[in-house]
Amino acid sequence: MIVLRLPGGLSLRLHTRALVVGGAGTLLAASLAVLAVGAGDYPISPAEVLRVLAGGGTPAERFVVTELRLPRLATALAVGAALGLAGAVFQSLTRNPLGSPDILGVTQGAATGALVVVVLGGSSIALGAAAAAGGLASGALLAALAGPRGLTGHRLVLVGIGVTAILTGVNGWLLTRAPLTDAARAALWLTGSLDGRGWANALPVLAALAVLPAVLLARAPALRLIELGDDTAAALGVPVRRVRLAALGAAVLLVSLAAGAAGPVSFLALAAPHLARRLTRAPGPNLLPAAALGAALLVAADQVAQHAVGGHQLPVGVVTGVLGGGYLAWLLASERGSRR
Amino acid sequence: MLSSPFHQPESTLSVIASPRSAAPPTPQRRRGAPATGLAVGLLLLGTVAVLSIAVGAKPLPLADVWHGLTDPASPDYAVVHRMRLPRTLLGLVAGAALGVAGAAMQTLTRNPLADPGLLGINAGASAAVATATLALGVTALNQQVWYALLGAALVTVGVHAVAGGRHATPTRLALAGAALNAALYSYVSAIMLLDTTSLERLRFWTVGSLAGARTDTVPQLLPFVLAGLLLALLAARPLGALALGDDSARALGARPGLVRAAVVAAVTLLCGAATAACGPLVFVGLLAPHLVRALTGPDPRRLLPYCAVFAPVLLLTADIAGRVLGRPGELQVGLVTAVLGGPLFLHLVRRGQLARP
Repeated sequence: MIVLRLPGGLSLRLHTRALVVGGAGTLLAASLAVLAVGAGDYPISPAEVLRVLAGGGTPAERFVVTELRLPRLATALAVGAALGLAGAVFQSLTRNPLGSPDILGVTQGAATGALVVVVLGGSSIALGAAAAAGGLASGALLAALAGPRGLTGHRLVLVGIGVTAILTGVNGWLLTRAPLTDAARAALWLTGSLDGRGWANALPVLAALAVLPAVLLARAPALRLIELGDDTAAALGVPVRRVRLAALGAAVLLVSLAAGAAGPVSFLALAAPHLARRLTRAPGPNLLPAAALGAALLVAADQVAQHAVGGHQLPVGVVTGVLGGGYLAWLLASERGSRR
Repeated sequence: MLSSPFHQPESTLSVIASPRSAAPPTPQRRRGAPATGLAVGLLLLGTVAVLSIAVGAKPLPLADVWHGLTDPASPDYAVVHRMRLPRTLLGLVAGAALGVAGAAMQTLTRNPLADPGLLGINAGASAAVATATLALGVTALNQQVWYALLGAALVTVGVHAVAGGRHATPTRLALAGAALNAALYSYVSAIMLLDTTSLERLRFWTVGSLAGARTDTVPQLLPFVLAGLLLALLAARPLGALALGDDSARALGARPGLVRAAVVAAVTLLCGAATAACGPLVFVGLLAPHLVRALTGPDPRRLLPYCAVFAPVLLLTADIAGRVLGRPGELQVGLVTAVLGGPLFLHLVRRGQLARP
């Protein structure tokens, strides 16, 4: 534990292990990204990749890296970080280890938006925009339905269950309304995929990531206090309602934009914060380690999805489940002795 | 054991320590309710069951329902006995199984988000059926049932082991279940994406519907469901003690490890059998216990029997509504449960009438 005392009476407590995990996670994500840019039908060595990124390299290499591989990779990094960050906020807000956008209905809202576009017909840009709008709308519905008597964790969870149930039913109905070819396209989108993603997909998420992490990090100490209970936090001077609303809004925005870019990538938002918490062993939402691990996990999963099964490209959502679920199960089993 | 080691200290305490003991205690009112509540529930269940036989592509007046059930010469005998009756019975059995399994899971993990599939049961069943379809070419429904049960059992044991065996805590159980669920579902969707013939065969199993019921479905299912129900009801009393935390439960004479293993086994039997017959019907097991808890409060000794009665009411009502709303075809029951049950559930949440598990 390091305590920084800033001028003006402010102090900042930094958890050493959390810093190490956050740094290692970021490094892991970055090195995986460099390896991923180099891998493919036109292999480029890591050193060459770095040279191209710095502005050198042959024109062919520059084309392959910046036009073909970097957009997909940027989407993967941004979506992974956004989902990891949002998942950590959701788990902290609901005070529930299973609290994730998939269970609270935000993902289903995004899916509803996308399915409406699939049924009515529309471009992939419209599909992404509709998904983001659907996610935001279901987030607003969640806040409105749980809101009047305060967004306590338990109410948020219960309202989330109800919203998820209704939207899942609506999605099932929409899927049966679509013709077979459109239904196949919708099913692929619903697994979460990075195929053919370009800068247009990545930019909204990157823009959100430029602003929202600061908003969330500023509220991380308050979120940690709210985990002790609303009354305790209020007694310690935390404006509970405002912090909850701001955090919920930021997390919903991140998830919606991520779903608009890559579809609802399954399980990442649940797994990344748990991996972060179990590796850092620090209390609170562990925002930055969760974001770093989310990005690393999604880039790794995308590489496996592209190259693991010869001749086939799997959608990345299939692999995140196997990788994230397997790793989480292994972590749980290996720390059995410590009984945490 | 019969003299309730869990209950006595609580009532003594409330008399001695509770400042509210002067006011008429609310538990009194609740204690009078079980018989009437259950009776009303059974009456509802009977009504819904008769309606489920009467409503369909060919509507039957009530008199014809009776003739169709009892008189082999009746023109409706075949419709009733081949189609409507098996379907209604499957709804009854599967509804009871899923409701009780969901209530037990929520109480066991102390988590309102827990559904009966959380322990990996649905995912395990799906993975086993997918593997059997891919590797052995198994397609007949009555063979798939066995693979589904085997997969459910294997995965449940796996989840229990990953969560720490006898030292499993509710959080670790829920997390281990969620992790294995995600991994196995990914495996199933990978199979379905890579092998189109498997997709074609599995599509019908993963729909989640009562429409596949045949005359021999319920007799095949019944032993598993009865065993599971018995086990769950036997474990209800110590399960309530477990809700106070492991140490308090041990002090009250319950054995946490044993109770947890028994409940996990019961949920596997109930949910595995129901899933094998109708595919994954997750929301019945998730919503029904929450709705029932508004009537009974969190005590599993009352919650579990009520769920056994009211969950099939929910499932059959949704099934009938699906047949009426979806004419000339029908809507899948899982879909209708979600769309009908969801708003009801939200209404109760907003009125603050749902108790914590």
